[in-house]
Amino acid sequence: MPGRGMPMSRLKPRSEYEKTGSFRFWRWLAGSRDPYVGEVEMKAQIPKEPRELTIRERMQERQELLTRVYDIENNKKIAFFHRIYVLAAVVFCLCFAGILVAMVSMLPPTGEADRPVNNEVPARYIESGLQETGAVNIVTGMILDYRAFDTFGESNVLFAATTTVLILLHEKKKKREDGTFEEIPSDRLLEPKQDAILQASATVLVPVIILFGIYVILNGHLSPGGGFSGGAIIGAGLILYLSAFGFEKTEKLFTEKTYKYVSFGALTTYCLAKSYSFFTGANHLESHIPLGTPGAILSSGLILVLNICVGMVVACTMYTFYVMFRKGDF
Amino acid sequence: MDLVQNFPFFSIMLSMFSGIVSPVLPPAAAKWVNRAAVTVIGALSLVLLLYLLGTGESYVFMMGHFPAPWGNEIRAGVLEAGMALFFCIIMLLSLLGGNHKLLTEVAGEKQSLYYILVNLLLSSLLALVYTNDIFTAYVFVEINTITACGLIMIRETGRTIEAAVRYMIMSLLGSGMLLLGLCILYDLTGHLLMSNMREQVAILAQSGEYHMPLLVTIALISVGLSIKSALFPFHAWLPDAYGYSTVSSAAILSSLVSKGYIFLLIKLIYRVFGFQVFHDSKIVNVLFLFGLMGMIFGSLSAIWENDIRRMIAFSSVAQIGYIFMGIGMGTQAAMTASLFHVMSHAATKSLLFISAAGLTDASGGSKKFADLTGAGYRDVEAGIAFTVGALSMVGLPLFSGFISKLLFAQAAVQNTGKLLPALIVLGISTVLNAIYFMKTVIRIYTPVGDEVRSRPASGGRALYVAALMGFIVLNLLLGVNSQPIVDMIGQGLGMFA
Repeated sequence: MPGRGMPMSRLKPRSEYEKTGSFRFWRWLAGSRDPYVGEVEMKAQIPKEPRELTIRERMQERQELLTRVYDIENNKKIAFFHRIYVLAAVVFCLCFAGILVAMVSMLPPTGEADRPVNNEVPARYIESGLQETGAVNIVTGMILDYRAFDTFGESNVLFAATTTVLILLHEKKKKREDGTFEEIPSDRLLEPKQDAILQASATVLVPVIILFGIYVILNGHLSPGGGFSGGAIIGAGLILYLSAFGFEKTEKLFTEKTYKYVSFGALTTYCLAKSYSFFTGANHLESHIPLGTPGAILSSGLILVLNICVGMVVACTMYTFYVMFRKGDF
Repeated sequence: MDLVQNFPFFSIMLSMFSGIVSPVLPPAAAKWVNRAAVTVIGALSLVLLLYLLGTGESYVFMMGHFPAPWGNEIRAGVLEAGMALFFCIIMLLSLLGGNHKLLTEVAGEKQSLYYILVNLLLSSLLALVYTNDIFTAYVFVEINTITACGLIMIRETGRTIEAAVRYMIMSLLGSGMLLLGLCILYDLTGHLLMSNMREQVAILAQSGEYHMPLLVTIALISVGLSIKSALFPFHAWLPDAYGYSTVSSAAILSSLVSKGYIFLLIKLIYRVFGFQVFHDSKIVNVLFLFGLMGMIFGSLSAIWENDIRRMIAFSSVAQIGYIFMGIGMGTQAAMTASLFHVMSHAATKSLLFISAAGLTDASGGSKKFADLTGAGYRDVEAGIAFTVGALSMVGLPLFSGFISKLLFAQAAVQNTGKLLPALIVLGISTVLNAIYFMKTVIRIYTPVGDEVRSRPASGGRALYVAALMGFIVLNLLLGVNSQPIVDMIGQGLGMFA
């Protein structure tokens, strides 16, 4: 039985008439069928839950409280103190800056030959750096061979900084009672994912950037560059890739485990390799690491290995920082 | 070269390596690696100390194949080895004593991160102690600053994050001033190695050339390092950082991190500027004045405080004031007293923090004085330990604090110009110390009716009590057997020159 308001035809049988366009038109006009039912998924509205105050709101409350308690506008003593405080700070900073500027003008003038810094230390770096370290790039020879202990310290600064950022920002997915993971609110859901221009340019640029970074690291002992700059370039490439293609692509190649094991591997290699070198050096034992021919890619002893280690640590650090500050999970 | 002479290098590398392996280990394993590393390093330092006391001479150790002005170098003397041993003992006891709080206050998966930071912190302290090169010192100051921030904020509450931010800003200001000073000093002397710098500084001081830059450098470095070790006007970061972080962090920060910077300052005074040049620069008077002010104002703030952890933290400000007063007096005896107080304060302050944790746990987690009434009956061991720490801080004989006050007073007598202010402030500060510490001790031993005197039952109780006993023994050892330690400090300072 056709329902009330259902269009009907006198010429055609019902089953045939239902296939025509006019049937659908009249049915829509009569409103007997909701065009969204079955087509669009509909959910009941989620009841709004009272949420906890965010840090900012709490701070605002505290600020309002302070304003009310101290009543800075009307309390003349506090206003006076504030003015004196600001004035004192400005005067102090000006004096400090003035002293520093005056002091700089009294330092040994730059560019003169007989400055104290032009002594036997840089002379030996320049004159015999190549024979002693095997590195054509004297700067690399200096930081990774003469003063490798300091550079090991620097790599550990990065490691410590990443650890601290992980402590502050890393939010692991929480497990629900039924075993599934709770999705952390993240910009992965909000960002426009398919930016064609960005993706096209990233497709072209990312391989080039990463290859260039690898080149800078591997040639650190031959040409300007090295682990720190090369690692920063690779990190930038990874960040560009992430911005263009989103976390779904990058988490295939870089997760928390990757970070852990890469930095562990790189720093362990550095630590063990250099410990050998320190131990033999201090005890005046012979070191069995060949220096190779200066200028060849496989030369200058441990420097190449150390450059690779430093590069990996720097790249991981940069990428991890970006990921942590953006989303809080890999 | 004897194998023993490699031990400083082994210690630094071992602590760094244990930090590097920690992220790939589960938290429990990371904890044991850390404990083993600290113990082994302590043992190595002890052997090294005995060896150095035997030979009576310091030595330098080449880090690599290149001799000193070109390559890196570390240096070990009696004082360095002694400090390394002492730092290891304090760190081990603080971690053992704070273990049960760490398990509850730090999220499970982040505990191995905690041990990374602790290991790196230890390596940076060792490097600051052993370094003979100012740039190496700066690199490890950086590690020290960053790891200290991490240790503060790993207990993730709003207060600790605020405290960590405040610490970071102040501490980076200090680092920046230190770096500026070191850069200028490099520009003036052309060296980064301490012994070469000292020769050049002596020549400059004699000829009067570059007088003002040298003065500014000394001021920048002193002020930079005193900001980092919370000398009085720069102590704003301290109460929150010590008061809200997890208890082993508070103990480590108060007794090791600030002490590492003070030791570096003393090392720079002796090994870079030369004692006489530093003394002639008059910056000692500024440090002396700030030290005196810290002794009074730190104690006053502690009296006003209503939170036991923050009270102990403010007491640190006063004790740092003592140390800088000793540096500021500018005599050898006062410097010895300062170094002894570095040790005595480190041993006592970590004891106080750890025992206060037990007392607050026995009072339903509240740190307010009103709730702590009778806590000494509820947690007997923590009560005894807190009393020992308080008596030591006040300066009763038998405990370490007495010896350091005695040494300060003796040193003040030798310096006619600063005798009166030093003795007067020492007296006032002792009375103020007694007021707030005795107030607390009386409070925790005030009986409250017939309440249930049940022992707080928790898993790591034996470990906690053992750590407290260790601290008490250390305190008594410093207090009763002080003469060998004072002699050792004197011998070590002699090796500095």
